Amino acid sequence: MLNNLLRSAKASMSIYEPIKDDVYGVLAEYPNPGALLHAAEDVHKAGYKKFDTHTPFPVHGMDKAMGLGNSNVGYFCLLGGITGLSLAIWLQWWTGQVDYPINISGKPFFAFEPSIPVMFELTVLFSAYAAVIGMLLLNGLPRPYNPLFYSSSFSRASDDAFFLFIAAEDDKFDMEKTQAFLKEIGGTNLEVVHDRGTSSDGSEGEDIDGSQSPQEAEVLM
Amino acid sequence: MSNSTTDIDAMYSGDGFHSDPPLITGDLSFHDITEMVSKHAEKKTPFAWYVAFGISSSIAGLLLIMIAYLFWNGIGVWGVNNPVGWGWAIVNFVFWVGIGHAGTLISAILFLFRQKWRTSINRAAEAMTLFAVMCALVFPGIHVGRVWAAYWMLPIPNQMEMWPQFKSPLLWDVFAVSSYFLVSLVFWYVGLVPDLATLRDRTKKVWRQKILGFLSLGWTGSNRHWRNYEKSYLLLAALATPLVLSVHSVVSFDFAVSVIPGWHTTIFPPYFVAGAIFSGFAMVVTLMVVARKIYSLENVITINHLEKMNIIILLTGTMVGFAYITEFFMAWYSGVRYEQYAFINRATGPYAWAYWTMMFCNLIFPQFFWIKKIRRSIPFMFFASIVVNIGMWFERFVITVTSLHRDYMPSSWDYYTPTAVDVLTFVGTFGLFFTLFLLFLRWVPMVAISEVKGVMPEADPHFYDNHGDGHASTAAPTVTPNS
Repeated sequence: MLNNLLRSAKASMSIYEPIKDDVYGVLAEYPNPGALLHAAEDVHKAGYKKFDTHTPFPVHGMDKAMGLGNSNVGYFCLLGGITGLSLAIWLQWWTGQVDYPINISGKPFFAFEPSIPVMFELTVLFSAYAAVIGMLLLNGLPRPYNPLFYSSSFSRASDDAFFLFIAAEDDKFDMEKTQAFLKEIGGTNLEVVHDRGTSSDGSEGEDIDGSQSPQEAEVLM
Repeated sequence: MSNSTTDIDAMYSGDGFHSDPPLITGDLSFHDITEMVSKHAEKKTPFAWYVAFGISSSIAGLLLIMIAYLFWNGIGVWGVNNPVGWGWAIVNFVFWVGIGHAGTLISAILFLFRQKWRTSINRAAEAMTLFAVMCALVFPGIHVGRVWAAYWMLPIPNQMEMWPQFKSPLLWDVFAVSSYFLVSLVFWYVGLVPDLATLRDRTKKVWRQKILGFLSLGWTGSNRHWRNYEKSYLLLAALATPLVLSVHSVVSFDFAVSVIPGWHTTIFPPYFVAGAIFSGFAMVVTLMVVARKIYSLENVITINHLEKMNIIILLTGTMVGFAYITEFFMAWYSGVRYEQYAFINRATGPYAWAYWTMMFCNLIFPQFFWIKKIRRSIPFMFFASIVVNIGMWFERFVITVTSLHRDYMPSSWDYYTPTAVDVLTFVGTFGLFFTLFLLFLRWVPMVAISEVKGVMPEADPHFYDNHGDGHASTAAPTVTPNS
């Protein structure tokens, strides 16, 4: 039960468990963002849950195509903002009114009006850092080890290639059927990614298809 | 392929691709963009870089010597006197903070307004912000006289059981500028993560892979990650927008909250913000005109980008000029003799030369940008951007010195002249600024690769659709060859 919960939380961060024989999942390449978007729609419709797309830039409409809802970063940001504001009010009130009151031209020891600049700045500062920390937490970053890095072509995901990855952990995953399905919806350069649990052996992902090199995957107009 | 995209189609039917001129010229592919930008961070360091770095770091060394000399001898080595207790230190501080405003403005405000042209310049502009704010922070750090007590500015528990005075605008400044720096830093870094991953994936050297792998946090371009990433970036932009406006407003409170004639005005916050954007954009133009040439990025930072920045310079310059004239009107309208005298003294007194330099550089000179041909002329805009920055330095000088040198009591009037230490310290900050900027150009992609790719027409999934209704197929702009 708890294990399943943990697994689904990790899946939302794009972290999956390998199944038997260290198989992490299947990676397929698509020629352009449009083709990838349609492929993601098809994969989502086919009932796959633990899959992801990897692109060099955010593709608009992809969240909807993959069936993902709104991001939760906003809640972290709000929490940070409330913390910052409370801290600023408390800091100025406690130092000025309680711990170190100084009478300057009869001004009140603590008042809201002169406290607003510091309240504003700390609210913004804490919200901003909470948004970033929240983003990292929800993404499971930093994550230096990722089995996808074993793939021979995956380094192009940050350059000009568009990948769809279906995790072996997915309930619907079937080595043959999933690969056939990915090919049917336009995937090329199919690769089975293994999770070897180490990066020292230097071996690359097994190329089972090999029929099309990435260079042959021309942009479909 | 599936045809069930009509609902998503409807979302993107008004995306603005139809009428805008192309943002990226030269018929580049995604890979071309990656190559073009990242090769500068990967190739062997060119000799010219070493020359430039040698010069700028020597000038930065001069700054260190001047600071050491100041610490040894005390504030007396500066030209400050009585009544001009605030001299070049505050002038330079406000100047550099102002320069720092364009970066976050470009990243945040233009991001919220969906101005896609910002992507080509935002990385360098944000870096410029960070370095300018570092230069600015030098001055409050060293001007306090007893430097070893500078930590009193921060609310740190100490054995004296003493806290900073939160009713002082100078303390608001500490919070405003340091928050601004920290938020700009994280904003810049978050934007950098996908590009560092690009560099990591391209490099063959193990030590580079390790460093870049550490800094890029294991980024894989996963859409589950992009979803949270884009949300946090949007939130950062939404937070940085009021922050950028607040920082220079708070800086202006340093003056406006006092009772000195010429300072005690409510126009200061908006007028300082407009001036900051004005000078910041001028500095971006100065840097980009040079950098795009040296790094052959003319297709990414096009003349249209530069023209848009010049239009903003024209707009904010006119706003600043309007504020100068409003100040005069308000001085007369207030009926306060001291206030009226302060402004007549500015225009006709011993510092009239500084006042009219400011007027010429900030109000009159940018008006040339009304003419489209001049606005698009590279040599002219380079010259104009330097003129504007000189003008904006003089604006801060005029505000600080002319208001102080003749205050309420004629018996205390004096004329302020800077010393060589003042001048060399200021020159030294330029060395620091350019040293940091050169390091940035050398090690980091100076254009946001993933963001530039994201605004290319090919990045729109509907670029590839052809439903036969004529709408999706015309969504792609015709990419004109480099002209």
